[in-house]
Parts: sequence; C-alpha cells; structure tokens
Amino acid sequence: MNVFALEFPPVSHLFEWPDIIFSGSLFAVNKTALIYLAAVLITSAIFLTAGRQRGSLVPVGVQHVAESGVNFVEESVVMETIGPEGKKYLPFLTTMFFFILFSNIFEVVPGIQFPANSRMAVPITLALVVWVIYNFVGVRAQGFGGYLKNSLFPPGVPKALYLIATPIELVSTFVVRPFSLAIRLWANMVAGHLLLVTFAILTQTLWDNGYIGAVAPFSMLILMTGFEILVSVLQAFIFTILTAVYIGGSMHAEH
Amino acid sequence: MLNTLAQAATEAGEMVEGLKAIGAGLGYGLAAIGPGVGIGTVVGNAISSMARQPESAGMVRTTMFLGIAFTEALALIGFVVFILLLP
Repeated sequence: MNVFALEFPPVSHLFEWPDIIFSGSLFAVNKTALIYLAAVLITSAIFLTAGRQRGSLVPVGVQHVAESGVNFVEESVVMETIGPEGKKYLPFLTTMFFFILFSNIFEVVPGIQFPANSRMAVPITLALVVWVIYNFVGVRAQGFGGYLKNSLFPPGVPKALYLIATPIELVSTFVVRPFSLAIRLWANMVAGHLLLVTFAILTQTLWDNGYIGAVAPFSMLILMTGFEILVSVLQAFIFTILTAVYIGGSMHAEH
Repeated sequence: MLNTLAQAATEAGEMVEGLKAIGAGLGYGLAAIGPGVGIGTVVGNAISSMARQPESAGMVRTTMFLGIAFTEALALIGFVVFILLLP
C-alpha cells in the first residue's frame, strides 16, 4: 500500500514542532518562534541598514529594496484605498507587509520549509492589532457616536430594513472582520504547506519504489513551489490592503 | 451474543469515522463551488474592464484583489471546517 502514499501523517504532525529551549515554560521556543524571530530580524535589518546609509541618488543594494518596497506599498496600497491622508499609516503598513511576507516565504526556503503563519497565534494577534487601530481611527475621526452611527446604520437604506441591516453590520464589522482577516492568511498558508507536503511525500514514496514514477509528482512539486511563492506575496499584499481599506473606511464616513 | 454486540459497536464507530471523512470531503467540495463561480465573475469582469480602459488598470487590479479576498473567505471557511472534521 506504500505505493500510493496512503500513509499520510496526521495533519497535526505537520504543524506541531517540539520545543527547542525553555521547554514547558511560557517562553518555550520552537521552530515557528525562530522563523518569526528571523522575519523580525530580516525586516528590521533591511530598513535599519537602508535608513543608516547616506542616501545616494541612485539607490543600490539594500537601499533599493527598501525604497521600492515603501514605494510599492505607498502606490498600490495607500494611494489606491485611503488617499493622501493615509500616508501616516505608511510605516505601519510597510512593516506589516514585509513581516508577513518574510514569515510566509520560509515556506519555500530549502531546509526550513515551514510557513510560520500556518500557526494561528500571530495572524490572530495581527488581526486584533488591526481591529484596535481601525476602531481607534474611526472614533478619532468621527467621534464615538458618529462612528457607531455610520458603521451600524449605513446611509441610503430604507428605515424598516435597519431591523435586518444593523445586526448584520454589527456582527460583520466588529466580530467577523478580524477573524476573516486572520483565517484568510492562516488557511492559505496551511493549504499551501499541505499541498507541498503531499507532493513531497508522494515523490519520496514513488522514488523508493522504482525511480520513474517520481517524475510526475516531482514536476508538480516544482510547479507548486512557484505557485506558493506567488501565494506568499499575494497574502501579505491582501492582508495589508484589507487593513488599509478598513482604516480608510473608518476614516471617511460613508455619505 | 456479547461478541456480536461489541463487533457491531466497533463497526458503528468505524462507520461514524467514515461518515465524518465523507462529510468533510463533501463539505469542502460544496463550499468551493460558490466562491469558484464568484472569483471567476470578479476576475472576468476585471479583465474586460482592464481591456476597455487600460489606463484604469491599477485601480481595477486593486479592487479585483479585494473582491477575490472577500469571495475567497467563504471557500477558506469551508477548508477550515474540513480540517476540523478530519478524523
């Protein structure tokens, strides 16, 4: 039965890593935590190095990476969704984009091959941070009553329909939003990791049982690795752009 | 008699596991139908509007990703249920 790779490991074994140090305590460190640490270090290293250098007119090396990253977030996230007054959120959005991107991209780094965001803890924390920020921005821009009124009673709806619309808006704005934000990132990474693991195990099993059968799953594995690079970048982008949309939505009242 | 009963109970347990697996698979498949159609509609319309007005491509692309993200959430919830139901 080994030929068909039916002995798939239980799903939880693909995502649970044993503790490396401080095992059992609150500060236990495992592979996921190390990947997040690496993502934080890489993000800070890129921007700190680029910020310390005396800016040259023609950006090269790290400065080029940092400048095009900031430019990308500014042009295609902030300007498209919030507008010029959203530029003060540019540092937050850029940092979040790069942090999520680097913790996702370890999915395809050989030897590590684990997307840290396929554990729920950090995506839900980021989503809650976003929740606090867009509610705070809404209250500051429109006042507490105005923000509640604009988000719970969308204008242009017949009065009787508020009986249905208000509970839906209440649940979708204040409860579902952070969860859908976190689940989108988490589930995409889980699905990608499962896909890669499936084809890797299939390749290994077929390689062990005569070499020729491994060609098909191995080429799928390579294709899927390319696809997962795309997904990693896209999910970081979507998380950032949805954050910007939520901040923009609570900044401008709908008329 | 007792042996037969015990055997029936084990078989019933296995059957519950099997039904769970079938339910999980079917659930994910069913949850993927609607978002599949929805994402197709979103991307198709975005492409036709980009072809008509190439100068608005940037804005259309951003909005298209937003539409995909919101539509895709339904399929992802189906995927989460699939993982939760896995035996």
